[in-house]
Amino acid sequence: MDVVMLSRLQFAAATMFHFLFVPLTLGLSVLVAYMETRYVQTGDETYLRMTKFWGKLFLINFALGVVTGITLEFQFGTNWSRYAVYMGDIFGALLAIEATVAFFLESTFIGIWIFGWNKLSKKAHATVMWLVAGAGNVSAVWILLANGWMQHPVGFTIRNGRAELTDFLAVVTNKFGLLEIAHMIPSAFTLAAFFVMGISAWHLLKKQHVDLFTRSFNIGLVVGLVSSLIVAITGDMHAVHVTQTQPAKLAAMESHWETQPRAPIVMFAVPDEKNERNKIEIGRLPGALSFLGHHDFNAVVTGLKDIPRDERPPVLPTFVSFRVMVALGTLFPLLTIIGWFLRKRLVESRWYLWAMLFSIPLPYLAIELGWVLAEVGRQPWIVYGLLKTADAASPIAASQVMTSLVGFILVYGLLGLVGFYLITNIAKKGPKPATENA
Amino acid sequence: MVLQSAWFFLWGLLWAIFFMTDGFDFGIGTLYPFLGKSERDKNMMIHSMGPLWDGNEVWLITAGGVTFAAFPLFYAIMFSSLYSALMLILFALILRGVSFEFRNKVESPAWKKVWDACIFVGSFLPALLFGVAFANIFEGVPIDQDGIFQGNLFTLLNPYGLLGGVLFVCLFLLHGALWLTVRADGDLAQRTESLSGKLWPVLTGVVVVFLVASYIFTPLYNNYLANPVLFLVPAIAVAAIVGIKYFLMQKAFFKAWLASSATIVSCIFFGVIGLYPNLFPSSIDAKYSLTAFNASSSPLTLKIMIIVVLLFVPVVLAYQIWAYKLFSGKVTDDDLAHEEMY
Repeated sequence: MDVVMLSRLQFAAATMFHFLFVPLTLGLSVLVAYMETRYVQTGDETYLRMTKFWGKLFLINFALGVVTGITLEFQFGTNWSRYAVYMGDIFGALLAIEATVAFFLESTFIGIWIFGWNKLSKKAHATVMWLVAGAGNVSAVWILLANGWMQHPVGFTIRNGRAELTDFLAVVTNKFGLLEIAHMIPSAFTLAAFFVMGISAWHLLKKQHVDLFTRSFNIGLVVGLVSSLIVAITGDMHAVHVTQTQPAKLAAMESHWETQPRAPIVMFAVPDEKNERNKIEIGRLPGALSFLGHHDFNAVVTGLKDIPRDERPPVLPTFVSFRVMVALGTLFPLLTIIGWFLRKRLVESRWYLWAMLFSIPLPYLAIELGWVLAEVGRQPWIVYGLLKTADAASPIAASQVMTSLVGFILVYGLLGLVGFYLITNIAKKGPKPATENA
Repeated sequence: MVLQSAWFFLWGLLWAIFFMTDGFDFGIGTLYPFLGKSERDKNMMIHSMGPLWDGNEVWLITAGGVTFAAFPLFYAIMFSSLYSALMLILFALILRGVSFEFRNKVESPAWKKVWDACIFVGSFLPALLFGVAFANIFEGVPIDQDGIFQGNLFTLLNPYGLLGGVLFVCLFLLHGALWLTVRADGDLAQRTESLSGKLWPVLTGVVVVFLVASYIFTPLYNNYLANPVLFLVPAIAVAAIVGIKYFLMQKAFFKAWLASSATIVSCIFFGVIGLYPNLFPSSIDAKYSLTAFNASSSPLTLKIMIIVVLLFVPVVLAYQIWAYKLFSGKVTDDDLAHEEMY
């Protein structure tokens, strides 16, 4: 394999692994901060035990998210140096701002939160957690703006053979990035809510710590309901914007070959990229794609045939990841709406608790597929319309990348196993039992 | 011109702060298997840096980020040239970071041994390799006209490069030993105090050798000879080293640690000033060198970033100083018993 392919594999592996931990921390940090605030307001020990139990799970994920995040920053220089030169003026600035403005705050205050239980007042300690949660989400905003710029570059000019910043405001108000934020952050909250509901369901099924886990479940339920609905709405807005800005991605998402009005959505298809058609098509909904992309059943939607072959993304992974993501994204509001009606008799609704327990992995799957869609669907471009991925890699030996890739597989494999083991162990063990006068 | 020069020194400053803050974590992690005789010692050592290391490491991410933002060409060529060394640093930092979190989560001696080893490797290796990397930058790196690195990991392990590694390790060992003397108690504090006394002459010797070797192997002194007033900076480094000894004798350990911080910052600045305006000098031909002027971002990006840095770095410093104040006292048994701790 060549340097480009190896570097792509390494970057994809590193990003997807990083992304197993970060979304949970974005949402769970806010939930933990809320639980601790309830403790400060009410003095109710149950909230304190909740804070510590969920906080512990948060911290493991946080640690894994932090250490795997550095990898991503390093790789822009080590593996994608031509990209770094071409885009550093804008992309580098966004990363640097993220670190300075948000990541510092998050990392400094998480240390204070962990070690400050007996050094700060209760109120101050809860405030620290809000700062951690806020900073984490602000971090995500800057990273998504950076990604949004790769998807739809704005506010620049090509000078001296590279992209130079001309309009910073345009970069930070890039509609593509803002839509990513509006879609991704609620997705992270949905994931965290399902994580909390799923683990709570397990304990409720075993009828242990019923009060604590009923409360946890209900917090997760409200957050999950609201955020999964937002995800669906902003997902729709996002699809419309993608239609306008990245027609190739939209066409690949739908395996849509012919440019036509009243473009259909095909529920199931087997794309045949070589012959530019679908081998099998089941469930054709005429006009649905025109409606999805333009909110108009008669609108014309560009097909892949009108996009040069060397500017088409791989159709199958884009098509499949979009389908599965949307199916899951539809399931989440349904599950939480059912939960809403059962919220007063959760412990008796055992089938529902089982369903929620087994739903824990689903938002993970959905959110990873969302990334696959966004990134694979952007190919062959690393920056849409400006720079191709094939021209962005570092001029280094493939053997170096091969070696580091093997290193990543080993180290991340170990971290993944250990992380999974610790998270399930702590989740199963549950909170510390209530004490008489703690 | 002015903007690019300002960025050159800001770049140096951010790296210096990273080495000053995370440096003591690296030092403690390296000392960890040697000083941590009992479980209590080990927990005390982890605890002494536990609340702070994560915030310290962000200085690396910020230093890296502003290198990317302000000097993209330098970032690209440096990071791809030093690929293997940086990957080793990365793996080391990853293992160090999770070790603190994982170590005490399972009560098993074998489990703890694994993460103890990771703490050591994850601290020692970055300390050494950062020193090697910076020394190589000081003496020049074999990059050709296309910015392609004509060497490998072993090219970097030349005598002066290795000396840089030894210097960094010594700086951080003493820095860590002093921080432990501030925060540990009882037997451990006594051992770190006596160790600091023993490390001091070693560090002083290494610094002297490094200053002389820099004259032989690098062009760093050219800027100093052109502007003798700049000799103040290495003079500060020497004064700071003397200060460490003075405060150690006074048993004013926190002040000794501050003097050690000043030593690290002035050592870095000794190199950065000598380097100016080069960021990544080519040892093949000076024409191929990357400088603050040929590797920088557009003026607009430099302006925006300098506003961000001047606005936010002081805020960061303020809350980090607060955090240091909160966690600079002796670690108590009560602290160690706290279940939420690592």
